[in-house]
Amino acid sequence: MPSARRASPVLNLHLGLVYLFLYAPIAVLMVLSFNRGGMPTAWTGFSFDWYVTLVHSPEIISSALNTLIVAVSSTLIATVLGTLLALGVERRRASSGLDALLFAPMIIPDIVLAIALLSFFTLLEFTLGLYSIILSHVVFNIAFVCAVVRTRLKHFDHSIVEASIDLGASDFTTFTRITLPVIFPGVLAGALLAFTLSVDEFIIAFFTAGAGSSSTTLPMRIYSMIRFGVTPEINAMATIVMLFSFTLVFLSQRANKGTLAGQ
Amino acid sequence: MNRKLQDLLLILPGVGWLTVFMVIPCLIVFFYAFLERGVYGGIEYTYNLQNFVRAFEPVYFSIFLMSAKIATLSTVISVLIAYPAAYAISLAPREKQMRYLFLVMLPFWSNYLIRTYAWIVLLNREGLINNGLESLGLIEEPLPILYNQFSIVTGLVYNYLPFVILAIYSSIQRLNPEIREASEDLGAPSWKTFMRVTLPLTLPGVAAGAVFVFVLSIGNFITPDLLGGGRIQMVGNLIYDQFLSARDWPFGAALSMILIFIMMVLLFAQAVAVNRAQAQRSTADA
Repeated sequence: MPSARRASPVLNLHLGLVYLFLYAPIAVLMVLSFNRGGMPTAWTGFSFDWYVTLVHSPEIISSALNTLIVAVSSTLIATVLGTLLALGVERRRASSGLDALLFAPMIIPDIVLAIALLSFFTLLEFTLGLYSIILSHVVFNIAFVCAVVRTRLKHFDHSIVEASIDLGASDFTTFTRITLPVIFPGVLAGALLAFTLSVDEFIIAFFTAGAGSSSTTLPMRIYSMIRFGVTPEINAMATIVMLFSFTLVFLSQRANKGTLAGQ
Repeated sequence: MNRKLQDLLLILPGVGWLTVFMVIPCLIVFFYAFLERGVYGGIEYTYNLQNFVRAFEPVYFSIFLMSAKIATLSTVISVLIAYPAAYAISLAPREKQMRYLFLVMLPFWSNYLIRTYAWIVLLNREGLINNGLESLGLIEEPLPILYNQFSIVTGLVYNYLPFVILAIYSSIQRLNPEIREASEDLGAPSWKTFMRVTLPLTLPGVAAGAVFVFVLSIGNFITPDLLGGGRIQMVGNLIYDQFLSARDWPFGAALSMILIFIMMVLLFAQAVAVNRAQAQRSTADA
């Protein structure tokens, strides 16, 4: 039905302003990161100085490495568990209890999950560090991977699985040759998203990292930089981190067309 | 292998992980909420409701009220901005809608700290907005727009707006176009069709978006911490302080449980409202 409905110019102007509101603050940081003087008050020439300062800071490099370790490990664990979970959940009758359990990590306030995990690890006398951050990040990553893979499974034609089994293929062969290739884009999209979330997560990491500086992650470093005041290095850092997330989200979207937009 | 066992093997690892690292930690916090702080900051195993009574003392209750006020403002403003935006996207050519929506969601997936920090750069006394207005001669003194309720609400709206647009867009998308057409064929002007047909039928999407912003705002820590500059406290900051500075874990635990309780009540109310709306819609469709 080719509808005659068209957005009025006022509505479209509103939408344009919404995009301006969403992107202008990000654009400002990116532009300022190349400002030689570094301050937002005046443009004093183009330079890469602030990026050079960042790369030469051992604290930044070590916290970036920590973040990478945490994000890669938690993503790997969560992708396996979240995918299995999605396969299992979609085969069963809908259960609101299970749905609530899978929805909870997305909606529970970060600070509450953070103090809960701190209490838990402290009670068990588990030594806080990168391990406890990884264990904690898997919690919300499972939920996101599972949600993305479930969306993919909703469009999955289950008759091809039955056909494969009728033709004598084992469950395992059917899974590796039929199910996995079909859902793989969803799995990849979920993994990329989980990785992005883990790279950016601050509060839970902050509470479960322990006292030593050896397990400081990049967001924890960014937080202390921001608390210290508006410094030009943050703009350079912000630009790198933003472009990194945008690339991952873009790849995730490409891998699994439409899922991120909630369709 | 039988099917029941297979299902169990698929589900168990994930559910087990969530149970050990989310459900049990939350139960520990629930348990702590009824205990007392020890003399040296530890935990004393004496059960009582003291922490909950204390949360209603004026000092703390006012922080709850402030959090609810800021969350309400952020929710209302987000919905008012998001609805027309979602509506505009739903009227765009079909092949472009996904791209528009992706552009809305993109910032949502990037670093929360940095998105919040950007507003410090924009709003501070020597920031871009004050500087710009001053150089245009519109103001003489910098406007006090950072480290107050205004900046916190701005930050929250900025961070959660994408999700509200997405929620409202999907409910507009699910709308049966024939109902709108019927209303127009029967001679209703388009504003009337919108007010009497479109808006009521898309309220579940509005409710989903609104509850999401409210819940994430009232329990927020980073935004009031960075954009409130220590001058405005919200529940999240209070919980943080109880765990890291005051070292009164039981009181912090009680505050967390109150927060979770508020959240569950809202989600439940939303689920009830959505069910009711769906029942209505199926009668309307029939």
